[in-house]
This record gives sequence, C-alpha cells and structure tokens, in this order.
Amino acid sequence: MSGTDDLIRQYEARLAAFEERLQKIETTGGSATAALSQQRRSGPRGTGLRLGVDVGGTFTDLLLLDEKNGRTFTAKVPSTPADSSIGVLNGIEKICKTAGISTTDITEVLHGTTVATNTVLTNSGALVGLVTSKGYRDTLQIARSFVPGGLGGWVIWNKTEPLAPLELTIEADERMDAQGNVLVALDEAQIRKDLKTLLKSGIEALTIALFNGYTNDAHERRIAEIAQEIAPNIPVSTSAAVMPEMYEYERTETTVVNSYVRPVVEKYVDNLQAELRKRMGNDVLLQILRSDGGLSSAQAAMEHPVNLLMSGPAGGVSGALWIAKQADFQNLLTFDMGGTSTDVALIQNGVARTRRETRVGDVTVRAPSIDVRTVGAGGGSISYVPELTKALRVGPQSAGADPGPAAYNKGGEEPTVTDANVVLGYLPSGAKLGGDMEISHPKAEAAVKKIADAIGTSLEDAAEGIIRIVNENMCGALRLVSVEQGYDPRDFALIGFGGAGPLHANALSRLVGSWPTIIPPGPGVLCAYGDATTRLRNEATQTYVTPVSNTSDAEISRMLKELEESAGQDLAAEGVSAHEQDVFYQIDIRYKGQGMKLTVDVSPNDFARDGLAGVASSFDAEHEQLFTFALDAEHELVGLRAVVQGAEKNFINTEGAKAGKDASGARVMATKMYADAGWHDAYIYDRSKLKPGNEVQGPAVVTEMDSTSVILPDHIGEIDDVGNILIWPTSHNRNR
Amino acid sequence: MVAQVIETNSTPFSRVDVDPITLDIVENALRNARNEMDAVLFRTAMSPGIREQHDAFPLIANQDGKMVVGQFGSFLYGFMQGYEGTVEDGDIFITNDPYSCNGAVSHLNDWLLMMPIFHEGKLVSWAAMFGHMTDVGGKVPGSLPTDAKMIYEEGIIIPPTKIYRGGELQSELLNIMLHNTRMPEWNKSDFFAIIAGLRLAERRVRENIERFGTDIYISAMEDMLDRNKAAMGAIIQMIIPEAVDGKKAYFEDWIDDDGMGNGPYKIACHLHREGEIAYFDFTGSDPQSFSSINFLLNEEMFKMFFGAFTINLFDPQILFNDGFYDLVEVYIPEGCILKPQKPAALSCRTHMLGRIFDLMGGLLGQGAPDALNAAGFSDSPHFMYSGFDKDGDWYQLFQIGFGGVPGRPAGDGPDGHSMWPAFTNVPNEFLEAYFPLRIREYATIPDSGGAGVHRGGNGITIAYEMLEAGEVSIHDDRWLTYPWAVNGGEPGMRSTKRLVRVDGREENIPSKCDRIAVQPGDILYFNTWGGGGWGNPLERDPELVLKDVKRGLVTVNGAKRYGVVVKSGKVDTAATTKLRETMEGKRGEQELFNRGFSSIEELKGRCLKETGFEPPATPVFRGQYARAAE
Repeated sequence: MSGTDDLIRQYEARLAAFEERLQKIETTGGSATAALSQQRRSGPRGTGLRLGVDVGGTFTDLLLLDEKNGRTFTAKVPSTPADSSIGVLNGIEKICKTAGISTTDITEVLHGTTVATNTVLTNSGALVGLVTSKGYRDTLQIARSFVPGGLGGWVIWNKTEPLAPLELTIEADERMDAQGNVLVALDEAQIRKDLKTLLKSGIEALTIALFNGYTNDAHERRIAEIAQEIAPNIPVSTSAAVMPEMYEYERTETTVVNSYVRPVVEKYVDNLQAELRKRMGNDVLLQILRSDGGLSSAQAAMEHPVNLLMSGPAGGVSGALWIAKQADFQNLLTFDMGGTSTDVALIQNGVARTRRETRVGDVTVRAPSIDVRTVGAGGGSISYVPELTKALRVGPQSAGADPGPAAYNKGGEEPTVTDANVVLGYLPSGAKLGGDMEISHPKAEAAVKKIADAIGTSLEDAAEGIIRIVNENMCGALRLVSVEQGYDPRDFALIGFGGAGPLHANALSRLVGSWPTIIPPGPGVLCAYGDATTRLRNEATQTYVTPVSNTSDAEISRMLKELEESAGQDLAAEGVSAHEQDVFYQIDIRYKGQGMKLTVDVSPNDFARDGLAGVASSFDAEHEQLFTFALDAEHELVGLRAVVQGAEKNFINTEGAKAGKDASGARVMATKMYADAGWHDAYIYDRSKLKPGNEVQGPAVVTEMDSTSVILPDHIGEIDDVGNILIWPTSHNRNR
Repeated sequence: MVAQVIETNSTPFSRVDVDPITLDIVENALRNARNEMDAVLFRTAMSPGIREQHDAFPLIANQDGKMVVGQFGSFLYGFMQGYEGTVEDGDIFITNDPYSCNGAVSHLNDWLLMMPIFHEGKLVSWAAMFGHMTDVGGKVPGSLPTDAKMIYEEGIIIPPTKIYRGGELQSELLNIMLHNTRMPEWNKSDFFAIIAGLRLAERRVRENIERFGTDIYISAMEDMLDRNKAAMGAIIQMIIPEAVDGKKAYFEDWIDDDGMGNGPYKIACHLHREGEIAYFDFTGSDPQSFSSINFLLNEEMFKMFFGAFTINLFDPQILFNDGFYDLVEVYIPEGCILKPQKPAALSCRTHMLGRIFDLMGGLLGQGAPDALNAAGFSDSPHFMYSGFDKDGDWYQLFQIGFGGVPGRPAGDGPDGHSMWPAFTNVPNEFLEAYFPLRIREYATIPDSGGAGVHRGGNGITIAYEMLEAGEVSIHDDRWLTYPWAVNGGEPGMRSTKRLVRVDGREENIPSKCDRIAVQPGDILYFNTWGGGGWGNPLERDPELVLKDVKRGLVTVNGAKRYGVVVKSGKVDTAATTKLRETMEGKRGEQELFNRGFSSIEELKGRCLKETGFEPPATPVFRGQYARAAE
C-alpha cells in the first residue's frame, strides 16, 4: 500500500491495544523444559557401545555402534506386539552373539518406539478422568465445532468419543482471568469430595486442564496435590506442565492424550529399563527418541509421553540425516514407505523441519515433532474401481499384515500395491520379504486382473496404473513438505527406505524431480541407525509476546542466555560438558495480529551481530517464501527458545575398496520388467556383491536381506563410497 | 455484453484423450491445490472470522469459468457474461456486490476475488476465493444492520473491478475500500491473504500444465466435469422420483421473523424429475421482505448444495464440480425472498441461507427415506460486540454460534457443531485475551437435541460477561418454529437469549436486534438450538440413553422422552418397559415430519406463553412483489 492516512493509523493504534492485552498475559508463561534428569551414568562416556533399537509392526531392528572404531552390527528379529520388550531383548541377545560381545559392554540404548502411537491408533490407552474449570466440562465434547468433509460432510460424519469420557469429567469451582489473576478462589472442599468419587470410578490416569491455566497454574497444581493425597499412585498430568499455551481445547486435548498413553508407556519403558539393567548393569543409559528428533531420558519419556507420538518416524528421519552426512548430502526428502503407510519429511542444510503439533489418526496434539507427513498408502494398500465414476483408486484401505497382499499367499485376494509390483516384475518371485514369505506370482496376477477388467486395460497397464496412482498419493505428501512450504523439490535428493521405499523411490524422484535417489545400505534398518546416532538434545522455552519495538536486543539476548543456561545445565547433568554442547536459538515471531507464527533459527553469534532486526528480516523472507507476500506491518515476538545439543558423533562407515564401474559380477539372473507401457529385459543384482564405484544400468532389480530396490529404464545406479545406491537419470549431469 | 478475453495466442485448444490414470492425477493435484489455498489463507489472515472460524471459500475453474474443484459452484461464467471490459493476464477482479454477480456472494461483507490464469498467452483456468470481512462500513459495526431497508445502508458496494491490472495492485482503489471500514487493518491483511491463496492456485495450475501439456490439462478438466455429470446423473435417477399423476415432492420451511416484528417468512419448493433432469421450483415462496433478511440465491450455488448433499451419501470421494449443472433446473420467481430486487437489503441473509439446507433435506428425503435427516443447526447466528474501551480504544467482535447437528441415518447428531464446511469456533481463551469479555460458561444444553433412535445434537449455551460498556447485536432464528424431526422423532429445542444485568434484572432478548447497550458485569446467555431427532425415541437402546444421562447431555427427566426411567444411575428396566408400553399406546400414527405444531396460526397462539414474546405479525408485501407469492 502506498500512503497510510490518519484514519488507518488511528485504527492501527486501536488494534495495537488489543495486542497489548495479549502481551500482558502471555509474558507470565514459564519454561517448558522437559526434565532431563533422574538417570546418571558412572563410567566415562564415549568408550562403550551404543545400541539403536527400532520396533516396527513386523520386525524389530537393531544396530550396534562401536564408538571407538565405528564398526556396526545389525540384527532383525520378529516383533512381539503383545509385549514389544520381549522382541527387543531377543534382538539384543542375537546382536551380541553376532558381534561377539557381552551385553554388559553396551553402555547406551537409544530407542525409537511406536508404543505411544499405537496406543492412540488402537484405542488401547488408559481410562482418563478429567478436571476442567466450572462452565467448561464440555470442552472436549464440543471441541472446535469442526465437521470434516466439506459441504454436506455432516450427513455422514460421526464424531469419535473424547479420550477422557464426559461421564468421567468433573468441574472445579475456580477461575483465573486472562491475565493470570485469581477471579474465583479454588473451592478445595468441593473438589476434594468430587475427586474422591472420580478416583474411585476406576480411572487409570487423571488430567487437570483449567481455563486460562496457561496464565497461572496455581489451581492446577493444588488440585494435583489433592488428587495425590487421595490416590498417591495415580499418574496426574496438568495442562500448564504439558502445554503452557493458549487455546483451551488444544491444551486440554494434548494433556488428555498425555494421560491416555502414559500408563502404557510408563509400564513399557519401566519394564524395558529394568530388563536392560538386569543384562547390562545398573549404569546402562536408556534414552527414548522424541517426536522432534531429540532424546528424552526414560523418566521424562514416562512423564510426558505425548512427546513420543512420532518417535518411530523420527528415527527414520534421523537415520536419513546420518546417512546424508556420510554421503555428503545437505538437502533431502525422506521417503519411508511401509506396508500400510508412508512417512515423508524434508531436511534442509542437514536439519529436519519441525512443527509445533503432532497428528496421529483423529488426534491432534500441540507437541513439537519433526514435520513428518503420513499418507495411508503402502505396499498393502488395496486398489478398487467405484461403480459410479469408474475412477481407479488406491487405499486408504489396506490388506495389512494379515491376510496381506494376494501375492503373500495367506488368503488375501484384493489387489494391492505389492501385487502390482509383482506383476510388473519389480518384486521377483525369488525375493525374500525379510522373513520366509514366498511371493506367488499367479495370485498377484489374479488379483490385479480384477482391476484390469473393471477399467478395460491389459493386466500390465492396470498394474502400472495402480503404481502410478499410489505414487501420486505419496507425491502429494512430498509436496506438502516441500512445495507447500515453499521449497523446490528439485533442489533436494530423495532417500528411500522402509520395506517398500526402495521399490518406489526411483519413480518418486522422477515425479518430483529430486536427484539422486538414495537407497542406503540396509534400508530396512535405517530407523535403528537413526536411533543409535541421535545427539542428545534439550531445550528451554519461554512464551514472550511483545512487539519488537517494545523490547531491545539486550533484553532478548539476556533472556536467551538464561534459557541457554537452563537447557545446558540439564544436558551437563547427562554428562555432556559445556564445551561439547552446540547451541542455537529459536525465535517464534509473526506480524502483529496474525494467529500463526513462524520459527526463526539463529545462532548465538548471528544474534549478537544482527539482533532482532536480523530475526525480523529472516521472518519476512520466510513469510514471503511460504505465502508469496510480506507485510510492512509490525513484528511481534511470541516465544523464545534455546536448543542445546550434544556434540556430533562421527562414525566411519567401513566399506570395501573402490572398484570399477562393471557391476556384472553382482548379477544373479536375467529377468523382465514392465515400465512405461512396455516390457524390458533386465537383471537381478545381489546388493551384498556390489562394490563402491560399480554402476548398475537400469532396468534392474537389486535385492538384499530385507529389501528390494528398483532401477528404472534409462536410469543408472552408482554405488558410492559408503555403500549407498545413488540413482540418476542416464542423461543427468551427475554433478550435485 | 460479454467480457473480452485478451489472448496473445490464438491457437485453439484441442480436446485429446486423457488416459484414466493421468486424469486421476490431475484431479488429485487440483484437489490438493484447493486445500493449499485454504491453508495459506488461514495462516496469514488476521480477522478471527477468517483466521479462526474459516469463513472463506476457494475454487479453481476451467477456462470457461466452470468450477472444477471447490465448494459453492462457479459464478465465473455469470461474471464473464456480465462484465463490460477486458480480462487480461495479470488482472485480478474484486466485487462484493451481490446484484452484480447474480448472488455469487450474497452480502457485502463477502469480498470475492477472481483471477484469470494465463499460460503462453492463453486463458487456461480461473482461481477465485471469497472471505467474510468483519466490517465493510454501513450503519452498524459489523455491517449487518437488521433494520436496513436498502443495500446502501449496509456498507461500501464494490462492483466488479480490477484490483490488480497487469499484475499491478490498484492501491488507490484498495485505499478507498479500506477507508470505508471500521477495521481497515484486518481487511487489508485478509485481502492480501486471499491474494496469496490465488497466487498459489496459479502456481499449481502452471505446474500441471508444465507436467502434462496444455491440451491434456484442459481436456482433463473437461473429463472431470463429464465424470461428475455421469455420476450425478446416476444419483439423480436413484433419489428423485418422476411426478406421479402430476404430484411432485413438496416441502416448506420458515425463518421466524424479519427483526421488525413480522413473520414467519416461508420458503417453498417443488421437486420432481423428468427423464434425466431434476426440477426445483421455488414458486410459492414469500415475496421479499422490507428488512435485510432477503437472500439472493444463486441458482448455480443451489445446484451445488444439492450436489454436495447427495454426493456425500454415495461416494464422498467424487469430486464436486459444475459438470452436472445441465442435469438440474432451478426456478426462483423474481421478487421473492430468494430473488429480491435491487436495492433490497441483504446483509442478514444467513438464516435463509442456512434454512435452504433443512429444506433440501426435507425435499430429498421424501424420495429416499433412508437418507432423510432431521432439521439441524441450519444457520450461522451472529454475536457482535463493539465499543470504545476505557482508554478510548475501539474493539469489535464478530462471532458465529454453533448448535445441534440433527439425528441422521448415520447416527446421533454431534453436540454444538457446525453444519457449514470448514467453520470452527473461536477459542474462549483467545476471546478473553483479545476482547473485553469473560466467557463464564461454554456448555451443551441438556435435552436440547430432539429425542429419537438417533438423538439430535444439543445446542450450546455461551455466557458472555461484558467487561466494558458497549453495544451488542444479535442475529439468530428458530426461536419460534422448531428444528423438525423425522421418522417418528421429536423436534429439537428452540433458541433463547437472556440478558442478566449487573443489578440482577433479567431481560428476554429477541432473536434479531442491533445496538443493545450493555454495561460491565452484564451477562448475556446465548442459547443456540438443538437438532431434530431421527426415528422413534422409544426404540433407542436404554443403555445409550443412560450414557447420555451420565454425560449430562440428557437429564433424568429428559430420559422419559425416550420412555426410559433412570434411577440411582441405572436403567430401571421394569419401569422402562412399562413406560414404553404406555407411551407407545398413545403415540398413534406418526407423520414423516414432526414440526412440533399443526399450523402457523396454532403456533402463534402459544407464542407469548412459550417464548415470552408476542407473535410476529403476518408480513404484508409490497404490491409489485406480492405476485411472487402466488
């Protein structure tokens, strides 16, 4: 806009007054640091063995890292869903045998777990009781009043019931105002009486989420005390401790989810820790990977399990980060495709993007997580053709592990993505699926034929259609993390892993223009790599809503320093001395009046040099990149954060000496592959025989223990120094 | 006069065969693009109406202006027919004048932005989006004056105008627009947020063209329209019967009053099918009113309501678009309340707009009883609160209320939810932080949902405590007529509003009013209505009734409407059986619809006793429009 006249200025001043109100309120927010303590190690660090453990739906993967010489060992054992710690312990036994070590040689266990996620997805969490403020009992019942499905969506939508049942929700007679002043004092006698009834009703966890509790949590804490007096063993979560932010529904929901998964996670972690100590000694350090890619002590994980909802996928992203570092890639799209779903994320300059919320199924919570987008598309996704439109659709229904795709010959008959891969020759009959499962080509063909008949095409074209549609769905997820965030996928490489990722990664790269496609060694155990190589990390946060013009570089600098010290002390207590710590600041900032905020990362040095002006201009640039415009409006700080990380671990991945381009020595047999509407002659290669420097001409299929990779026609796969397959279009200039 | 499209490339498109898989890919890509437009808007807008409640709607259309993805159907074709000027690369059009776009937007608060998308010198698509601005000037804060008699009282009127010309913002024009509103900063930010959404659509369309080529992209959009037409053709055949002996399906419903003491106002519609074409005929609806409750209903938008409503029942994955428009004929008489003549006031059209949904359900349900829903929260009632605070600073809130979704074949209606797509409530902590308000209570109203096998959702009570002297405006409805029930269910509870003054006096507040003076400490209880019940309540599982009682959604007394006796937290089985037998014996023959009254006269007869208000007077219509009623 050109000239601003007096009237507009006047109104802007009034608007500013609204904002000021908010600012007064939020400045009281405290530190949201998750306690990283309780566990202590005696022996010196860096001398023992680190063990990464990833528990998946079908397999438990382990990776042992010797920090002294960088040697690694891997193991894969069946998961034990009833009690996944059994699978973990079986795996430990196996890997120690392989490595020829004693279990007591292991000093650190780093674990990515889907226990919290699965608890939500399978509705198997605790019976949660809830205490709200008077007048707000229906907070979860009303939620945000949102009905999904667009115009007319209400006709078919049924709301899922709140995770804290309404009949187990009570009100406390008390009230804080928006500035944190006590409006109505807590009626202790009444709440004590009501809590006694509630605690007798069979609840397994208690949530206290009071209105405006983020401004002053005195009443929440007092109610928690009373509850513990009545029932000392009940786990209690308070909203201001779990999520000290405005928005009553989101805060209540997040805290309830914390309570909901807590007993399950607590039991699991506690049990696992006890078993590990039995085998490895009392000084073994168990740490759990958090949704945001950081590590949590076992104790913090048990108290704030809502931070673990994305622990599993975060392991994959961390693994990808580690591989990328070895192979010297800075910018990556990660593509983790399993049987029922696919997770994608974006890594820029060696850092994964994070966001301040986590979604699992119908549940959305305000907890930081790596920005992993999940689509309900995987190898087991079922393809169908609706009568009305004759459109070819894939998913979200999945054949799951049981009966599984038709090709598994376990009774499945519906055409799945895996079946299409079999028909096209991408998954050869001889391929192993990690276990002893055999592929049935005829069964796959029979299933896919249903689709071919429904849309009137050949069998092969139907199969290729299924693959193209499912690739398109996954491409949509890749766009969400890249193009929608303002990133051009052509500036990124794409790393494919998980059970089905290496089958589809080359095609996905072609769709989004991300080269090369990277297939890491052991793509099936990449998550365990991630677990084992994650750095210790801690952060301290403070909500501080204020216009930039109302503060100063000196004031903010002082506050950041305090946060840095607070986060650093906890890390030091974990054994990471100050000189081993990396620090960066995160500043949440927006245009005054906006509801959203962006997080700007800045190093202490850069902040010292450029101050808030530098932060503001970084924000403008990012706003423009994301939304195509920047405003000349005033900037407003929302929150400050100091993130402290342990020093980077460096491991040398030992691979064989460099060999020539000729890869024919690794050929197992000739085969045929269907791609781009035609059959091609191709070879199957044994990955374990491929050497750095080898080049595999597409079309080709590369098999290894638990995974199969496809190299499409007119593409070439080169083996790099650390054993990755880097796939490029033949005509591509391979300079990165 | 037809808009003249300026293209530098005269090569015609050629329709090519698009393989079904490419077609699905283009469809998904455009569907994603629409979602992204929303995401960008919500993140960058400033007014709570758009940012928190999501009162804004995007679409992408083909080169002829036919909507390919979106919600409310395309008005672009109509715009191009009526716009006297050129359409050029880099132009973006703005309008908020319902009378200039045949009701594409239906009151002045909705700013509609339309952007032609060019590629290599040819028009290849359109993107458009409209959003509700908190204030566009006019006689009252919020720009929704109940007593307006002409549209000129409702704010600044912008005819279709190029706000961007050759890629350049016409900043002086924008300045004039912003100068005429009470909340220029919000409008400005919301405006640019909408522009950002359009630019994103443009990028996506171009990416698609780069990927597949122009002819495939254009042809794919045609195929998508055709595909939708084929699907909707099948649906129309299934659910709309042909007239038997000249008898067509008929339904009528009302909005209760016009805020000036007259009402109720009827909308009426006949529906039948001839061959493959469905006919909706609104003859019999009341003429336009003297106040601002008129709703200029765009025929195409009505078709979209119809399509969306039915499609969700059959294959929710079908993409809504304009493809099926030729299969539906809509007739709305000139001068009736759904087609008022300029310069009739339009700002408070929200009630009539919402009531269209109930009407649609009642009409279609007759041809497909299994798909028949009860009446629900067919409105977006408004609460507005504004004034100067102690420091002399202006505050202005516009908020939408939520209520009971009806009992449906699919199940119980959710409590306190939205029947409008995308809408969400404003968090109360946000309200308390930004406005001089305290929300004392935010809860569902027990028993407000109509009883049924599937219970209607409950309405909500919101207790607003005012912290500053100011003025309140309210736009609400269903205080007189009930949210009706179907298949033997009971109607839902009506809406009420009660103002408890700081000195303890209580006032019964009418459904539609402006400029109610309030003082610090006054508490307004805004109680929305519940959804109607579906099916005979005596057939509802008593354990479900008990669960609702334990949850405080139904009272022990209210459980008796289901013939269920609850004692000491348990179902008294013997007493329940007995009560149910007695009630069943008295029920008698049930009509398909239960409106809760036998005639408007009968309803008015008990109005004062039940609501505390005198019944509204039967409207007297202006001579030249009265014909529309016949």
